[in-house]
Amino acid sequence: MIRRSRGRLIGLAYLAPALLFVLVFTVYPLCQMFWMSLNNWSLIAPPRFVGLGNYRRALDDHQFWVSFVFTLKYTALITPPLIVGGYLLALLTSRNSPLRRFTRTVVFIPVVIGLGVSSLLWYWLFSTDFGLINHALMDLGVISSPVLWLGVDADRSNLAIIVSIVWKVIGFGMILFVGAIQAVPTEVNEAAMVDGATYWQRVVQIILPLTLRTVLLVTLVSAIGSLLAFDQFYIMTAGQPHNETATSVFYVYLNSFPYLKLGYGAALSMVLAATILVFTVVQLLLTRWMHE
Amino acid sequence: MIATREQLGPRGAVGGGRRLGRSGYLVGALCIAICAVMFAPLAMSVLASLKPTAEAAASPPTYLPHEISLDSYARLWSYQEGLPAYLFNSAGTALLAIVLTLVLTVPAGYGLARFPIPGKELIFVVLLLALIVPYQALLTPMFLMFAKMGLTNRLLGLAILHTAIQLPFSLYIMRNSFSAVPVELEEAAVVDGASSWQILRTIYIPSGVPAIVTVALFAFITSWNEFLGALVMMSKGSSFTLPLVLAAARTETSLGGTDWGMLQAGVTISIIPCVLVYLLLQRYYVSGLMSGAVK
Repeated sequence: MIRRSRGRLIGLAYLAPALLFVLVFTVYPLCQMFWMSLNNWSLIAPPRFVGLGNYRRALDDHQFWVSFVFTLKYTALITPPLIVGGYLLALLTSRNSPLRRFTRTVVFIPVVIGLGVSSLLWYWLFSTDFGLINHALMDLGVISSPVLWLGVDADRSNLAIIVSIVWKVIGFGMILFVGAIQAVPTEVNEAAMVDGATYWQRVVQIILPLTLRTVLLVTLVSAIGSLLAFDQFYIMTAGQPHNETATSVFYVYLNSFPYLKLGYGAALSMVLAATILVFTVVQLLLTRWMHE
Repeated sequence: MIATREQLGPRGAVGGGRRLGRSGYLVGALCIAICAVMFAPLAMSVLASLKPTAEAAASPPTYLPHEISLDSYARLWSYQEGLPAYLFNSAGTALLAIVLTLVLTVPAGYGLARFPIPGKELIFVVLLLALIVPYQALLTPMFLMFAKMGLTNRLLGLAILHTAIQLPFSLYIMRNSFSAVPVELEEAAVVDGASSWQILRTIYIPSGVPAIVTVALFAFITSWNEFLGALVMMSKGSSFTLPLVLAAARTETSLGGTDWGMLQAGVTISIIPCVLVYLLLQRYYVSGLMSGAVK
């Protein structure tokens, strides 16, 4: 009995530093954020309590909705190519041969580099007069004069950024799909082959259903990532034209830091965290379902 | 089921072989094409960084450098505070983040894996909270807090932020790794009168090396690449990390317009450690990703 109660304290002692860290650097800021969101808060004047005023203000704030809708649109547009593309790449490379392994490694390399740095790379590639993309498209005769890709038209900027991000993160889904496809029992696959099923019939009838949970999970993880997009827009368009490409995180950043409207920024952060929460809860339920 | 397989196995194998023969070349060609497309942007960036000053600023641009030159790297070396200062900031922050993450999660993973903990459910809720709330949404209050504590514009402050991002994932990996250690190993040590601390050092840490490598690897990649947190916490030019100074340099450089050659030199230098670490530790990276995404 003495040993057991000592064990409990010992366990807590090992856990304490990490727990304290989370309390100080995550839980406390979260509570603080809620309190800030109920106040007009700048670094200059003392905070003034406004209740739900900041939230009401968000509802009437045109830019809040522009950012929110743009972020949803970006997420809706980028998720299908990431998931479908990643899955096709996984089908292509899931068997272990040297060339397939090599392809997986190459496709995954952009995932490990920084998002900020890859955005700088594509900022150059998409540059109107100095970028290789306009230059190559003109050499191929696809366009006759340089296209203004970034920061002039919201949809065209979005397209360019989606191309860059698909390149950057398509390997993430691919690697997880490869893991799931490799876990499909060989017997099931062989039995279908014996029955004369073609490759695509097997994909649709066997492989896809058996890997569906992973597909759903990666879709959610990927969508959450897209809803939190910032670096690529900050670097490649700076939110232009007229903040039409300023995402939700971008708008939180603008309010909190350059404008120093910290209370309003906190309220927008709360809305953002609540949006993400919905997706995360689905993700956690799905994970539990996967482990059953 | 097994009988069926044995009876039909050979025919299935023959069918598979025939299919492979027909589509083998197609698969090979596709793989090579995909590798080329994925690799091209990186190769173009490296090649652009090696162009002489005038060629790097040319419009329309050249595909391949007409001559190789390190001018762009020389300009980056002495850009504002100088490349060494920014490399020091990035590497220093990453190192601090790795150390902090390990110091916190190795003992915590051990505690969670091997001891009964009072109020475990409550603790899990707290940790889950850290997992669910995206750090992007917490930056406003964290900035205020760090400003009061004097942690803005300090490597330690940014490292603390990066540790907070990585902590739930790292703790999960460490706990799982320690849970998989056979209890028999520990029992022998307990009989010999070893303390829990000695057991952690002599049994758990050596068996947890793959998990420790995974945690350190992810902490490095996160910290080295992280942008928004650094943008918020580091406002002084002298405390900029590599991605920050490059993002700033995309609009303001000594040449008047954007110095594209220098920018790509910076991109190349930022990418090299990530790619090297990934190629060397690919196994840990992929296993960490699998357990992390399916947390």
